[in-house]
Amino acid sequence: MSATEQRTAALKVEDLEVAYDVRGVLRPVLRGVSFEIQPGEAYGLVGESGCGKSTTAFAAVRYLPGNGHITGGRTLIGGDDVTAMGDEALRELRASRISMVYQDPGQSLNPTIKVGRQVAEAFAVLGASKDEARERAVEALRRVRIADAERVMERYPYQLSGGMQQRAVIAMALACDPQLLILDEPTTGLDATVEAEVLDLVATLRDETGAAILLIAHNLGVVRRTCDRVGVMYAGRIVEEGIAGEVFDDPQHPYTVGLLRCLPRRGAAKSERRLDTIPGSLPLIGTPLPACVFEDRCTLATAECRTVLPTAAHPRPDRTVFCHHLDRVGELVAAPVTAAVGEVAPGDVVLQLEDVSKTFRQGGHEVRALVGVDLELRAGETLGLVGESGSGKTTLAKAILGIHAADQGGVIRLDRETLAGLTTQRPADARRAIQIIFQNPDSALNRSKTVRSILSRALSKLAGLTGQAAEDRLEKIRDEVVLSPRHLDLKPRQLSGGLKQRVAIGNAFAGDPRIVVCDEPTSALDVSVQAAILNLLADLQRDEQASYIVISHDLGVVRYLSDRIAVLYLGRLMEVGDAATVFAGPHHPYTEALLSAVPSVDGDPPARIRLEGEVPSAIDVPSGCVFHTRCPRAIEGTCEASEPPLVEVETGHMMRCHIPIDELRRLQGSDAD
Amino acid sequence: MLRFLIRRIALGLVTLLLLTVIVFALSNVIPGDVGRQILGPFAPQESVDELNQRLGTDQPLYTQYLNRMADYARGDLGESYASRESVANLIGESFWASAKLALLALLVTIPLAVIAGVYAALKRGSIFDRVIVTVSLAGSSLPEFVTATFIIVTLGVSLSIFPVLARPPDGADPLTQLYYLAMPIMALVIVYFGYIARMARAGVIAALEADYTRTAVMKGLKRGVVIRRHVLRNALLPTISVVATQTGYLFGGLLAVELIFNYNGLGRLLVTAARDKDLPLLSAGVLVIGIVYMIATLLADILISILNPRVRLGEDG
Repeated sequence: MSATEQRTAALKVEDLEVAYDVRGVLRPVLRGVSFEIQPGEAYGLVGESGCGKSTTAFAAVRYLPGNGHITGGRTLIGGDDVTAMGDEALRELRASRISMVYQDPGQSLNPTIKVGRQVAEAFAVLGASKDEARERAVEALRRVRIADAERVMERYPYQLSGGMQQRAVIAMALACDPQLLILDEPTTGLDATVEAEVLDLVATLRDETGAAILLIAHNLGVVRRTCDRVGVMYAGRIVEEGIAGEVFDDPQHPYTVGLLRCLPRRGAAKSERRLDTIPGSLPLIGTPLPACVFEDRCTLATAECRTVLPTAAHPRPDRTVFCHHLDRVGELVAAPVTAAVGEVAPGDVVLQLEDVSKTFRQGGHEVRALVGVDLELRAGETLGLVGESGSGKTTLAKAILGIHAADQGGVIRLDRETLAGLTTQRPADARRAIQIIFQNPDSALNRSKTVRSILSRALSKLAGLTGQAAEDRLEKIRDEVVLSPRHLDLKPRQLSGGLKQRVAIGNAFAGDPRIVVCDEPTSALDVSVQAAILNLLADLQRDEQASYIVISHDLGVVRYLSDRIAVLYLGRLMEVGDAATVFAGPHHPYTEALLSAVPSVDGDPPARIRLEGEVPSAIDVPSGCVFHTRCPRAIEGTCEASEPPLVEVETGHMMRCHIPIDELRRLQGSDAD
Repeated sequence: MLRFLIRRIALGLVTLLLLTVIVFALSNVIPGDVGRQILGPFAPQESVDELNQRLGTDQPLYTQYLNRMADYARGDLGESYASRESVANLIGESFWASAKLALLALLVTIPLAVIAGVYAALKRGSIFDRVIVTVSLAGSSLPEFVTATFIIVTLGVSLSIFPVLARPPDGADPLTQLYYLAMPIMALVIVYFGYIARMARAGVIAALEADYTRTAVMKGLKRGVVIRRHVLRNALLPTISVVATQTGYLFGGLLAVELIFNYNGLGRLLVTAARDKDLPLLSAGVLVIGIVYMIATLLADILISILNPRVRLGEDG
């Protein structure tokens, strides 16, 4: 790199404006975005959906969809104006100087071409001969820490796990030794432990290559772990920019303050406080906005905000904020946390699982997805299920719901009555008593019906209510899930994601359920919407005395809602206990690794546990303790020899581990120092 | 892969067996007495009875069916009731005539439709694209007999460019044959062009918007390479299955075209057989069409599995 290049920004975006052509009308998406990334620097763009963070990245490399147009400003990569480049120059730029990695690696690899050939292609385009490209592709795969690179070369994408696929995509992206690497939600959809591995890999490669990184993520923890600086976007503008850790610890723009207060962080639990929400909702693409784009939803807004564009202010060193009322942001930060949801004393045992297992037959093999699970759930209590994919969380939930029958021998009791395996064999009462809320409300709602008829149908089917009684109850539910009367006459597609989830929740509560399974209830929602839904779930639980089983990969969400936590690995319960105890430790080594893998918006502890390898196949489980192959604390000679029982290690805290709890406490305590 | 093939062929055989049952049952629904049908209304009843006895058509239906199946198992397709000729010979001749027509039609349609569909997708929204979309929709919405009649009236009768009857003189050279077959081929092309072109277009559009295409573009590959290597292979997989199904339909769909152009093919033969209650001919003919359909879809499945590793490698991947 020459001296002049070092002074030129790897990416410079100047007043970029982008609009989408929707049926002949240009709808603005980016309203003047400016930022710079220096060579070797990692810059994060964060914000909720529709804020324009992905559009910014795609506009920077000129890969907008057919109806997207750059209507103003320009982007410079290494000093060259991308917006003014001809097609051939643009192609060469993509081949040799910039690379991109996106969400869902399975989709970004061509399903019909072997991984090796796809990686080699990235070298061939730089002028390598066929053999040379192949050789370098093997090297590239090794560089992204793929051990058996030769074998992976010969595989098709679908034969690799998500983590391996993403490594292959990163290998391809690094082929040209890019000056700028753009990562668009690179770990969204991956398991926490895989996410941690990919982020570690990105960090290592960044040190090795010196590439500048533009990271786009909705997960603030991911950005904090990876980036030096961060830009917070709202409605097509950057509203605050600064050093990542400082912005998250000491936000200055009202939106950043609000966003961070929506997050269930620092071990927040429903019994301690309600989550804050940002009033109003995200603006739809193309709606005309006031001068300050956040004015509609800002509690500090004055007349000035509507008409005068806020200019850059620097309330801290290395900080840029666009707000007229910086002096008053302190009021927001200091605003008291809203009162707690209120402690609910758990009632009688509602659900009891004894030795519940589930074995699938797959191509002549037995897959033991669930092995001897014993659990109890009390009225008004929330049980959080935690574990990587393949741990058996969903299998367990489905067995409880009766979507598939658990193996003979196990018992599931609802109010002391033994339940049949399949929901179709269960009495109507029992069917009504257990309901589910899905990640994607669309799958639960009939698209062709109005909200009113969806809820009425649920009331007549689940509660047997018709006529006036049904209408009264419908009003009550509408009120409980905080929908306005006009929403009743709309169809699901006319509602936002958050509103749809409210309808789905209302649906589930129509028949006065005893137990509601919440399967990733807020994963598809934006942070500010998520907060409102979590508050709603907590309120409903208090009012209806319903019990929840919460499945979520977001440990903050699980922590917030749950009274007790069950940690699953390869279908076995590894740890069960009060939420506070499980999160505070001493932890089971697997729980410890999971907690340590999740990037926190509050910053990571200095020492992190890194899990090696992938979850073993449930067809061929390891001997002894099933976790010993990946356990950083495994005791040689003991852990692979026998499986430890699940025992109570302290009051109300069960663990399946050979290491005594005092030893775990000592080990985990010393690591933190 | 081998297991998959064996399973497919076994399934195909079962389908064919069911087909014979259905044809046999349906053809007996048509009212009328076989002997009477053959000998005409003025023949004495004794002759009719005698003929029925000789043909075995006086026996109960299931006996007739079992006898027929036993004959088939021996490779004997029987004799036509009407012409007393060997069914194998009758079908053999007209099968080749039909196959010639169908293959020629496919040979024209497939490249034309695929190229048009792909090009339309690449130039999405252009005039060319809109024309292709409209033409293919219109073409495949019209039944064969309408298109065929239209072509006869315009090109055959009004303009007299092509002969109205698709019967080349005996021993005609290939070019002359083609000249005689031009109009029926055109009629078939118009119908099948639409299905295939639309499928190809949809496939290419989906592949162009796929993430892996974006990856390829961002690698800095030339547009031509992106399309050849990354878009087309994935895009044309669904088209292949459509082509296969259409080949099967095409064989059945020849019926109307052959009748209109008075072409001595399988379709025309079967219509005559159905009218005459000529059961041996009818069931053998339907069986042949069923086999063609089966082979076409099987070939398509094999081709798809070659192009799509996920299908090829299956469970042992």
